[in-house]
Amino acid sequence: MANRILDVKNLKIDFHTYAGEVKAIRDVSFHLDEGETLAIVGESGSGKSVTTRSIIGLLAKNSQIMGGQILFHGKDLLKISEKEWQQIRGNQIAMIFQDPMTSLDPTMKIGQQIAEPLIKHKGASKKEAWAKALEMMKAVGISNAEERINQYPHQFSGGMRQRIVIAIALICEPEILLADEPTTALDVTVQAEILDLMKDLQKRVKTSIIFITHDLGVVAGMADRVNVMYAGEFLEKGTVDEIFYNPQHPYTWGLINSMPTLTSEKLESIPGTPPDLLDPPKGDPFAPRNKYAMKIDAQMKPPFFKVSETHQAATWLLHPDAPKVTPPDEIVRRWEHYKELQAADKD
Amino acid sequence: MPEERKKILEVKHLKQYFKNGRTVTKGVDDVSFDIYEGEVFGLVGESGSGKTTTGRSILQLYKPTSGEVLFEGKDVAKLHGRDEQLAFRRDAQMIFQDPYASLNPRMTVEDIIAEGLDIHHLVKDKAERRKRVEDLLETVGLNRNHASRFPHEFSGGQRQRIGIARALAVEPKFIVADEPISALDVSIQAQVVNLMIDLKKQHDLTYLFIAHDLSMVKFISDRIGVMHYGKLLEVGSADEVYEHPLHDYTKSLISAVPQPDPEIERSRKRIDYEYGKFEGDGKDDQRSMHEIRPGHFVKCTDDEVAYYEKVAQSYEK
Repeated sequence: MANRILDVKNLKIDFHTYAGEVKAIRDVSFHLDEGETLAIVGESGSGKSVTTRSIIGLLAKNSQIMGGQILFHGKDLLKISEKEWQQIRGNQIAMIFQDPMTSLDPTMKIGQQIAEPLIKHKGASKKEAWAKALEMMKAVGISNAEERINQYPHQFSGGMRQRIVIAIALICEPEILLADEPTTALDVTVQAEILDLMKDLQKRVKTSIIFITHDLGVVAGMADRVNVMYAGEFLEKGTVDEIFYNPQHPYTWGLINSMPTLTSEKLESIPGTPPDLLDPPKGDPFAPRNKYAMKIDAQMKPPFFKVSETHQAATWLLHPDAPKVTPPDEIVRRWEHYKELQAADKD
Repeated sequence: MPEERKKILEVKHLKQYFKNGRTVTKGVDDVSFDIYEGEVFGLVGESGSGKTTTGRSILQLYKPTSGEVLFEGKDVAKLHGRDEQLAFRRDAQMIFQDPYASLNPRMTVEDIIAEGLDIHHLVKDKAERRKRVEDLLETVGLNRNHASRFPHEFSGGQRQRIGIARALAVEPKFIVADEPISALDVSIQAQVVNLMIDLKKQHDLTYLFIAHDLSMVKFISDRIGVMHYGKLLEVGSADEVYEHPLHDYTKSLISAVPQPDPEIERSRKRIDYEYGKFEGDGKDDQRSMHEIRPGHFVKCTDDEVAYYEKVAQSYEK
């Protein structure tokens, strides 16, 4: 059994706004094992960023935890003081933010910014920290590090800044790295380099990663396990192969189907828009956009049905009494491939 | 066949340099291509490659340093008088990248969409104006009662639809779509792309589609141009460029696109691009577009043609 380092149980988070209570996270549970990468996929507003921010104690002021636990080595992170947070944040749990243009301090030399966590958390001297920062810059692939360590963020390109942000996040060798759309703002070639870099560093430092993205291509390459998030809930959880080759929830079908592959001829879009979480739907939140929806979907929230030991999906379609539906062609093709994979595994 | 089709746009040796104190940035450097009537021409490249600048120069949002842009045979930099200028502005429209920044927050949706109608005197009275706007809203899949609302009341995807309705209002022939879906969510991207394809069919439009998302460009485009460092390196049909890329840069770019398929991802090998081999080696001024296979061009010197022919042959085996 892998070593479980994070266990999130029945997390519920509301936001107070002028319009009312936004139920951003509605009963979310997941776990993270040592050394693995968990991807959380979903559209903007689905609650993926709020979930990660709650793990590092950086929720907005108008938020309120309505219930649940975030157990990190058995300690509930929702109950600790800001002082305790400062011991953990940036040290045991670190975060890479989405926008490399705004997540660095423009008035600080980048060497200082990379070295700062070591001085704060590990009690390193300035000299030691500076040397380690230089080493880290080389590790994340910044050439001419001796010279560039004295430069300021504006002297770096977007890709280079994201490398610096990664260096800052990893310098204390955190147990958990939260990566919130770390490559969305970057070009594909730079994205590929950054992702390779993250994989390399993960192997060396044995960090567990929670990877937030809406890009399924990136997920397929990075994740061990995938959780699909929608309207503040998880709709499907499984290993990367289970989600991509044996998806069960119609929302996951829709997501996969709306991505053009380099060979696809037709693009299927999901009609409509996500629900307003001021007044969250009673049943399956995806039901109004789902052409496979049944009557019960609007009335009652489906529980998680078990597909395999590692795979669950919250859709009434998996209920034994549900009618058999034929998913889109692309999904049928993937299902068939999954059967081949399983057959190959048995041999 | 391409020879028989009518060219709606011809870009000839377009150069767009930006002076920045003593240094000159070559935003677009000697780019030539044609767009045929009714096609979607995709322009891909990394940020800073000059694809947006090319689109803006075509619409004369910048004054090109040199080179010509011919729209239906007429040089758009030398249009005479207000009438010809207006006619060009009506025929060629733009959809912008950021649906949050490209709509005036203090104007109602009706005023935003009808601005072009007013300038070109396309409606007689208020009632007709209102009707046109409502029809346009419906065309792009929005509620016709939303005309009196303000942009902040809409989501990103809906705003992009408003941007599309605004471009469509003056019944253009040609639309430059500059990264129209980059700011949108995956499921919404597909909606907007499908809408653009439908509108193209209904209104006989021609698109210049600028994007960095290669798989989406491949999907929507008939032909593709690949830009790097202000230069157009390769042009060909979408399938040709993707399946049989000639230039090393194109190969590298395609190899970097992540695919939503774990098995492919596990075995995907990225090709590193060696800058200075076929580009930036001091011979760039000797390079021009050479047709290696029918309709498939690459920017190279006369000596390099043989090499690219070999590359093209290697695909046939």
